[in-house]
Amino acid sequence: METLIDNWVLACYVDDVPENGGACVKLGDEQIAVFNFTRRGEWFATQNLCPHKQQMVLSRGMIGSTGENCEPKVACPFHKNTFSLLSGQCLTNEELSIKTYGIRVENGKVFISI
Amino acid sequence: MIKPTIIVVGNGMVGYKFCEKLVSKSSGFNIIVFGEEPRQAYDRVHLSEYFNGKSADDLSMSTREWYDEQGIMLRLGDPVQEINRTTKTVHSLLGVSIQYDYLVLATGSSAFVPDIPGIEKDGVFVYRTIEDLELIKAYAANAKTGAVMGGGLLGLEAAKALIDLGIEDTHVIEFAPRLMPRQIDSAGSGMLQSKLKELGLNVHLNKSTSYIGGTHKIDALHFNDESLLPVDMLVISAGIRPRDEIAKLAGLQVGTRGGIMVNDKMQTSDESIFAIGECALYEGMIYGLVAPGYEMADIVVSQLTGGSKLFYPYDMSTKLKLIGVDVASFGDAFITEPDCRTIVFEDTHKGIYKRINITIDGQYLLGGILIGDADAYNMLLQTVNNKLVLPPNPEDLILGSRGGAESEGAGIMSLPDDALICSCEAVNKATICSSVTDLGITDINGIKKCTKAGTGCGGCVPLVKDLIAGTMKANGQYIKNVLCEHFEYSRQELYDLVKINNIKNYDLVLDHFGHGDGCEVCKPAVASILSSLWNDVIVKQDTIQDSNDRFLANIQKGGTYSVVPRIPGGEITPDKLIVIGQVAKQYGLYTKITGGQRIDLFGAHLNDLPDIWEQLIEAGFESGHAYGKALRTVKSCVGSTWCRFGLHDSVSFAIEIEDRYKGIRAPHKLKGGVSGCIRECAEAKSKDFGVIATEKGWNLYVCGNGGSKPQHAELFATDIDKETLVKYLDRFLMFYIKTAEPLSRTATWLNKMDGGLAYLKNVVINDSLGICGQLEEEMQALVNTYHCEWKEVIEDPALRKRFTHFVNAPEEKDPSVQFEPMREQVKAKW
Ligand code: SRM
Ligand SMILES: Cc1cc2nc3c(=O)[nH]c(=O)nc-3n(C[C@H](O)[C@H](O)[C@H](O)COP(=O)(O)OP(=O)(O)OC[C@H]3O[C@@H](n4cnc5c(N)ncnc54)[C@H](O)[C@@H]3O)c2cc1C
Ligand code: SF4
Ligand code: FES
Repeated sequence: METLIDNWVLACYVDDVPENGGACVKLGDEQIAVFNFTRRGEWFATQNLCPHKQQMVLSRGMIGSTGENCEPKVACPFHKNTFSLLSGQCLTNEELSIKTYGIRVENGKVFISI
Repeated sequence: MIKPTIIVVGNGMVGYKFCEKLVSKSSGFNIIVFGEEPRQAYDRVHLSEYFNGKSADDLSMSTREWYDEQGIMLRLGDPVQEINRTTKTVHSLLGVSIQYDYLVLATGSSAFVPDIPGIEKDGVFVYRTIEDLELIKAYAANAKTGAVMGGGLLGLEAAKALIDLGIEDTHVIEFAPRLMPRQIDSAGSGMLQSKLKELGLNVHLNKSTSYIGGTHKIDALHFNDESLLPVDMLVISAGIRPRDEIAKLAGLQVGTRGGIMVNDKMQTSDESIFAIGECALYEGMIYGLVAPGYEMADIVVSQLTGGSKLFYPYDMSTKLKLIGVDVASFGDAFITEPDCRTIVFEDTHKGIYKRINITIDGQYLLGGILIGDADAYNMLLQTVNNKLVLPPNPEDLILGSRGGAESEGAGIMSLPDDALICSCEAVNKATICSSVTDLGITDINGIKKCTKAGTGCGGCVPLVKDLIAGTMKANGQYIKNVLCEHFEYSRQELYDLVKINNIKNYDLVLDHFGHGDGCEVCKPAVASILSSLWNDVIVKQDTIQDSNDRFLANIQKGGTYSVVPRIPGGEITPDKLIVIGQVAKQYGLYTKITGGQRIDLFGAHLNDLPDIWEQLIEAGFESGHAYGKALRTVKSCVGSTWCRFGLHDSVSFAIEIEDRYKGIRAPHKLKGGVSGCIRECAEAKSKDFGVIATEKGWNLYVCGNGGSKPQHAELFATDIDKETLVKYLDRFLMFYIKTAEPLSRTATWLNKMDGGLAYLKNVVINDSLGICGQLEEEMQALVNTYHCEWKEVIEDPALRKRFTHFVNAPEEKDPSVQFEPMREQVKAKW
C-alpha cells in the first residue's frame, strides 16, 4: 500500500470510479465505497456495508442529493434506504448510520484516510 | 451523579417499546434488559408472516447495535428467575445478580394450554414465538391434516397459516357456539363460517375435546359427544396466560386468574416495581393487544421522567388480518335493543354482514361488526371514539358508499384534532396535519419518519394518506404528480420535453428541466424515458440505472446476481439446454425453471457475469432482460403443432411477438402470452397483453397481470388476423410507454385512465387522437434498433471492466459472499 502521512492510503485511480457513481475498494480486510460525484466535483467515501440488512452493496447504489441544502446522499440498491454522504446518517431511518472516511484526489490518484 | 438503574424483565414488543420511549425522553438511566427468548424483540403481531417468507431479521424491531448505541445492556436467553424485593436485586438463570432502583416487568403471556389428556403428545403445538413456528413448519412438512383448537382471533390466523403451509385439510375446533366469540355475534359468525369454508377451512362449533389420541404422536381428536376427528397435527390457541410466575414468587399481588395487578400508574403492589403489556392486570382486565401495551409503556416512562400520565381503560376494537376475509369489530359490538338501535345489512351472495349499534336518538355510533367488507372500519372506529354526530341516515355508513371516496375524505377532515389515528404509536390527527402544514411533509414516508404514525401494524396508513391529501387540499396546495423533488414535471410531460428537445443524456435533462443533483427516483425514471426514446445501450449511462439495470442482472440476498437468458416462447433446443447446464456447472450456479417458461441461474459473482454471458452468447443466447423494466417473456402453450385442441400455432406466434418487442423499455415490466385455444394453457389473460386463438383468428386481451394485485386482462379485439393484432399491439404498447406513470403496470395505468377501456379502444383502434401512424413509427424505430446489451458489454473492454467487485483488486471476488449446500445445489448463506 502506498501510504502518505496521516494514514492517507492510496485507494484507486480516478478513472476506476464511474462518473456520478461509486465503486468498491478493498483496504486490508475492509470494503470501502468510493463515490465520484462529478456533478458536484466532489468525492466521498463510506463503508460498503448497508447496515439495514447487512448487505455489501452501498458502492453499487445511486447517488444524488436532497433537501434545500442539497445534502449529498447514496441510496442502497436493496431497499432504497438513503444515507448522507457527509455525515453517514441514514435519512430514511433514524436508527441507522454508516461510517464516512476522509478522501482526497491528487494527480489522478484517490487517497482515503483510515 | 450515579444514574438510577432500571431493570426490564422481558424483551418482547412492549419491553422493547418501553426502552425506545425511555431513551428518547431521557438519558438519565442505566438500563438493563433480561430476555428469555434467544433473539431481540420482534414483531409478534406479524408473526404469521414468518411463514410467508419474512425472516426473523425482517420481523426484528431493532438491531443489536441499537441497544449498544443506546447504552442498554441486553442479556438474551437469560430469564430472570427470582426477585428479591428487600435487597432490590434480581437473579437470572445464568447466575447474574443485579440491583435495581426500578423494576419493569414486561413478561407478556404464554399460550394457555388446557389440561386435556394426551396434550403432551408429539404433533401438538402452540403459536406464540418464532421457535414455535419453526417447529410447526418442520412438522407440517409431513402432515396432511391439521386442526386448531380455538376459533378466536389468533386461532383463525393459525388456521390460515396451516393452509398456507400446505395442510389442505385444516379444521378449527371451537368450544363456544360461534367463532370469535369475543368480537362478533352469531349472525356474523355464520357469515364468516361460510366464507372460511370457501378458503378450505372446516369449522366445528360447540365441540369440547375430551382427549388426544395416538400412541406417541397425535392421530385424532376425541370429543365429548363421542365423535372424533383424525388429524396429523394440532395447534392450540385457546387463550393466553399472563406470565406472572416471578411476580407471584416475589409476593406481588396477582389476580385470581393470573396477571400482575397494577394501578393507573402501572405500579404493582410494590411501588418500585411496574408491570406493563400482556402480563399486567388492570381493573380485572388483561389487554391481549399491542396498542394498550405500548400505552402502558408510555405511562411508566412518563412516571419515571417526572410526568403524570395515567392509564385509562383502552379501546379493544380489532380488525382481523391475513385470513383473506375482512372481519372487524369496534366499540360496543354486542349492545342490543332496547338499549340501542341496531342496523343490519346482510348480503349472503357476496358474503357481507354489517351491523352498527347507534344511540336511541340516532345521534351517535356505539359500535358494530363488519364481515366480508371492512373498508369502513377506520372511519367507523373514529366516529365512535370521537363521538361524531351521525348523518341523518346512519345506514349510509354501511350500505356501501356509492358516493365513494369523496364523502369519506370529507369525513376524515371533520374529525376532531385529538382523534387518535395511529393507535400503535399514539399519534393524533393534529400531529399529522401540522406536519403537513408546518413542516411541508407531503408523503407517507415523511409522516412515518417524523411522527412514527403507520410504523406499527400499518393499519392506519390509508387514513394517514387521506389526511395528507385532505390537509393539502384544505391548504390550497395543488397535488400534482411530479417525478420527485428534482423535477416539477410528470413523467409524460418530461417524456415529451426530452423528445422535442432531442436530449440524450441524464445530466442534460437535469440541467434543462430540473434542479439539484438528482436522486434514486428520477434517475431510473429518466433512464427509462431515454431508453424508450432512443434505445441506446443503457450501460453507457450506468450510474443512472437501477442496480439491476446497471449490472444487467438481478441482485440477490448476499450480493450475488442471476443470469436469465432469453428463451422466446419457452421453446428451447436440447443443445442449448446442454450449454445452460454446462455453464451452471462451471460457475457453481443454482438453476431453476422460472414461472416465465425459462431458466434462471442464480448466485453468480459480479466478476463472473461477463464470462458467463460470453459463453451463453457464443451458444446463441441473448439477454432475457429479467432485470429491466422491459419485455420479459411471452409465454406460450404448445398449440396446434402438437395439441389436439390447438386452433393455430401459438408457439410460433409467441416467438414472433417476443422477438419483436424484446429489449424495449417501458414504465414497468411487460409480459405477454399466447394460447392456442380457449382452454388458455398459456394463462394469456393474466398478462399485460394476451392472445388467444379462435376459430376465425385471434382475440387480443390487454392490461392484465399477476403479482400483488392480480387482475385479468380485458378483451380488446376479437377474431383479428396476425397483422392487425401486431399493429394494435404496437400502438397499445407505445401509447402505454409514452403516457404511464413511472413503475405503473398496464393494469394500473388503465384503471386510472379517464374513460377506461372504451377510451383506450378509441385511441388504438379508431385512432381518435390521430396519433396511430406516429405510434407505429415510433415502435418500428425501437424494433429496428434492438441490440442484445450483454453482447455490447462483452465486446467492449471498457464496459466489461465495470463488472468487478473491488476496483483496486479486479480479480478478487466479494469475500462476504458465501454459499451452503441445498438439495445437490447451493443457496446463498447470509
Ligand atoms: C425467477 C422468477 C421466479 C421463479 O423462480 O419462477 C421471478 C423472480 C423475481 N421476480 Fe417475479 N419472477 C418470476 C415470475 C413472476 C411472475 C409469473 C409470470 O411471469 O408468469 C409474476 C406474476 C405475473 C406478473 O408479473 O404480473 C411475477 C411477479 C413479480 C412482481 C410483481 C409485479 C406486480 O405488478 O405486482 C415483482 C416486483 C416488481 O416487478 O416490481 C417481481 C420481481 C421479481 C424479482 C425480479 C425481484 C427482484 O427485483 O430481485 C425476482 C428476481 C429473481 C432473480 O434474482 O432473478 N415479480 N414474477 C420468475 C422469473 C420469470 C422470468 O423468466 O423472467
Ligand atoms: C400470532 C399472534 C398474532 C397477534 N396479532 C395481534 C394483532 O393483530 N393485534 C394486536 O394488537 N396484537 C396481536 N397479538 C398480540 C401481541 O403480540 C401481544 O399483545 C404483544 O406481543 C404483547 O407484548 P408483551 O411485550 O407484553 O409480551 P411478549 O411480546 O410476549 O413479550 C414478553 C417477553 O418476555 C419474555 N419473558 C417472560 N418471562 C421472562 C423472564 N422471567 N425473564 C426474561 N424474559 C421473560 C418472554 O419470553 C417474551 O419474549 C398477536 C399475538 C400473536 C402470538
Ligand atoms: S391452449 Fe389449447 S392448444 Fe394450447 S395446450 Fe391448451 S388445449 Fe392445447
Ligand atoms: S440492505 Fe440496504 S436498504 Fe436494506
